[in-house]
Amino acid sequence: MSVFEHFKSIFRNSDEPREHLLGSDLPHSAYPFPDIALEKTARTITVGSAQSTGIERSHNEDSLLVFLGNTASHNTIPSFGLFIVADGMGGHRAGEIASSVSVRTVAHRFLQETFLRLLDQRSLDEMPPLLDIMRDALQEANQHVVQVVPGGGTTLTTVAMLGHQLTIGHVGDSRAYLLQDDSFELLTRDHSLVERLRELGQLTKEEADNHPQRNVLYRAIGQGESLEVDVETCRVPNGASLLICSDGLWGVVEEDAILRIITSSKHPQEACERMVSAANEAGGPDNITAILIHFPLLEE
Amino acid sequence: MRRTTRALDGTNGETGQLGQLQPGITLQERYLILGLIGAGGMSSVYKGRDLHFPNVTKVVAIKEMINLAADPTMYEMVVKNFEREADLLATLSHPSIPRIFDYFTHENSSYLVMEFIKGRNLEQILREQDDFISEEQVITWAVELCDVLSYLHNHQPQPIIFRDMKPSNVMVDQHDHIRVIDFGIARVFQPGQKGTMIGTEGYSPPEQYRGEASPAGDIYALGATLHHLLTRRDPRIEPPFSFSERPIREINPKVSPELVQVIERSLAYDPKDRYHSAEGMKNALSSTAKNTGILINPRTAATPISSSDVKELWSFECEDEIRGTPIVHNGVLYVGCYDNNLYALDAKSGEFLWKYAAEGGITGKPAAYEDMVFVGSEDQRMHAVSTNRGKLVWLYYTEGPIRSSPTISDGHLFFGSDDRRLHVVNMLNGRRAWREETSGFIWSRPCAVNERIYFGCESGDFYCYDFKGDLKWRKRLKRAATSSPVFEDGVIYVGSKDWTLYALEADNGYQIWRFRMGGPTISSPVFSEGMLFLGCGDKNIYAINARNKREVWRYETEHQVTSSPIIFEDSLYCGSVDGGLYCLEIRSGRFRWRFQTEGPITGDAVINDNILYVGSTDHKVYALLT
Repeated sequence: MSVFEHFKSIFRNSDEPREHLLGSDLPHSAYPFPDIALEKTARTITVGSAQSTGIERSHNEDSLLVFLGNTASHNTIPSFGLFIVADGMGGHRAGEIASSVSVRTVAHRFLQETFLRLLDQRSLDEMPPLLDIMRDALQEANQHVVQVVPGGGTTLTTVAMLGHQLTIGHVGDSRAYLLQDDSFELLTRDHSLVERLRELGQLTKEEADNHPQRNVLYRAIGQGESLEVDVETCRVPNGASLLICSDGLWGVVEEDAILRIITSSKHPQEACERMVSAANEAGGPDNITAILIHFPLLEE
Repeated sequence: MRRTTRALDGTNGETGQLGQLQPGITLQERYLILGLIGAGGMSSVYKGRDLHFPNVTKVVAIKEMINLAADPTMYEMVVKNFEREADLLATLSHPSIPRIFDYFTHENSSYLVMEFIKGRNLEQILREQDDFISEEQVITWAVELCDVLSYLHNHQPQPIIFRDMKPSNVMVDQHDHIRVIDFGIARVFQPGQKGTMIGTEGYSPPEQYRGEASPAGDIYALGATLHHLLTRRDPRIEPPFSFSERPIREINPKVSPELVQVIERSLAYDPKDRYHSAEGMKNALSSTAKNTGILINPRTAATPISSSDVKELWSFECEDEIRGTPIVHNGVLYVGCYDNNLYALDAKSGEFLWKYAAEGGITGKPAAYEDMVFVGSEDQRMHAVSTNRGKLVWLYYTEGPIRSSPTISDGHLFFGSDDRRLHVVNMLNGRRAWREETSGFIWSRPCAVNERIYFGCESGDFYCYDFKGDLKWRKRLKRAATSSPVFEDGVIYVGSKDWTLYALEADNGYQIWRFRMGGPTISSPVFSEGMLFLGCGDKNIYAINARNKREVWRYETEHQVTSSPIIFEDSLYCGSVDGGLYCLEIRSGRFRWRFQTEGPITGDAVINDNILYVGSTDHKVYALLT
């Protein structure tokens, strides 16, 4: 018998007040109970998320989504999670609409093809390959934004978890990092001009970080007809944290500082709130969004 | 390209929905706007009429540039820059450059009045046809473009850098001549926008983003334009500076290698490596025009076969085909042969030690443990033989020929049979632990990991059982899964005759990704450093990135590749039905050497102590020094 220990779905959009930080009003029962003995394959994943419009911007064009399902028994439905950060752009509300439309579209498509299919007890056999589902979801978001928000665009970084496998879908310059054993590894590739130049050896990392055109992207949701997205898969890490954030965080707070905040926080929620504060303390030039997922260390 | 929307302030009815001038408006009481011809990021071009010539319809083109600088000082600077360039342009005289008639500033915009060109720009020409533009046509245009660039670069007192060479800025007029219609004046308007922008020019050289503009940059942009014209691939929607990833002749094989060379040089990353002048490029283009149609240096199709890099240590001839894979165990090489025998040879010298005769052909790979060797035969039995002198220890009977290779795990042998069953047998005494019915012949070698057994069968069904014999999951592939599965990091990889390599999540069997090849495969994938390698019936050996299923490289042999590759250090070794054993560099797939045998190679190679062993259907086992 499969039982859902906790089920949390939060969707944020720009209608929320300026500095609404998530998690502070979460009931304690939302947190997993460390005392319950869990099956070997179950995951007690914890997640935190926080957002801020920042100091210089007047409204928030970022969107985020956190969706998490933990199961206590294996052999039925694998654990499921979906985490999305989108950073919108384009004048005149186009950014916020683009980012929220994209998040909805990706979540809808992905959940339908995976999680809902599993809940429906339709066999896993009929489920298309995960990488394909992810790619299609991102491209559907692209089509949608092109039709509904002309001139608007957004980055999109999605991490989906199904059982022991993570699938990452990404376009733009929001980032996903993996923090494991003191190593802080960037999982995604910025689709920015300066990153391309840096890859080609034309710019050093410092030059790229300070370049006047460091925000220019060559790929984003909403940019046109056919969009190539990066889609990857990897095993769910054991004893690690995964950070997904917009450039309002990574472009403003040094990686060392981010690392320190994460390792010194007791819970991912605390870490997210502290990171967002740090970005604001550093001037808050852009909207700030962070999702932090912690995968506990399990003996395999 | 994104358009910046202008705030709708101002004079009634002057601006339309997108903030542009409406037809009927007159500027400076002289220029009547007839309609919008085109719009870009920071500018719009209108067709207009110069009312100072009332008796004729003097049509002009009016380019409007919007000054978005918020800061007053910045604003002034932008206006001044623009004025300076307009003055410069007014002095130019070249058949490819439209004449400038007037210039003025009004409210937040600056205007340039110029010769109206009747024709289409290269972007429109590309859009209006589906076929490739002929090489002759492209070269003709390219020569004219070099000519105008040369004129600009040699301008006195200061060279003029075009900075905005791209198809939409090049028109072909009604006499079929090239007209360049924009001088990067729009570039003056770079108010240093805050916030993220989408879109890059695609034709601009890398150094431009460091703020360096030079004649070499125009040459790069011209090369980029020509690349687009010949391949029909728009660089603006590709990662910047990635022209080398889209080789011209791969997309449009009709283009001559000479022209490709000219374009490739103009697209060099380092400006110093490009043509030093537009003159130089023009001369190179003229030469290719002369040579078009003549192939110089045709590439030889066949890769040179050199056995000189590999040394054959020894070879041993059996009496029939060796279809399977040998193993090396405690210094002895064991190999099964279609002549019904299992041979034991000294691994270093090839000296014959003993042979064991089954009653049917042996096609699988033997397995060994301590002092026993196990091998299945078409005589329907699994034979357990002592390593000492090949004496039979026990026999296990199935109800069909055995073509599957056994796997050893936890004191048991796991293997399939043509009786459609998976058999699990105690290694020491040959007693059956359990067996399970499946839907087809099992020819693959099962994969045992984490107390689970994974294998596919000829009907296309792929199974996961646990060690107790309970079915965990089953996946239906479209065709036979003859390929032996491999496990890595929670994922099972297996190929199928349905032309696909599958990545399945090991616990539940759902598909993570699938990779389509050009033909069926019975080769088993091998995993190394994040990449998967396998052979295919389409003659290729593939290297695929396991995380994103991108093809890293592929290498074409001369016939089907039905055996599986093996990896040792930084080389990949794989046999082909063309009889060759190939050695390729693992990261790039570059050919290192090939050892030729006299019959198709259908088994895998095995490496032990720096010696590679492989069998061939030419009846021989070879030992090669790597």
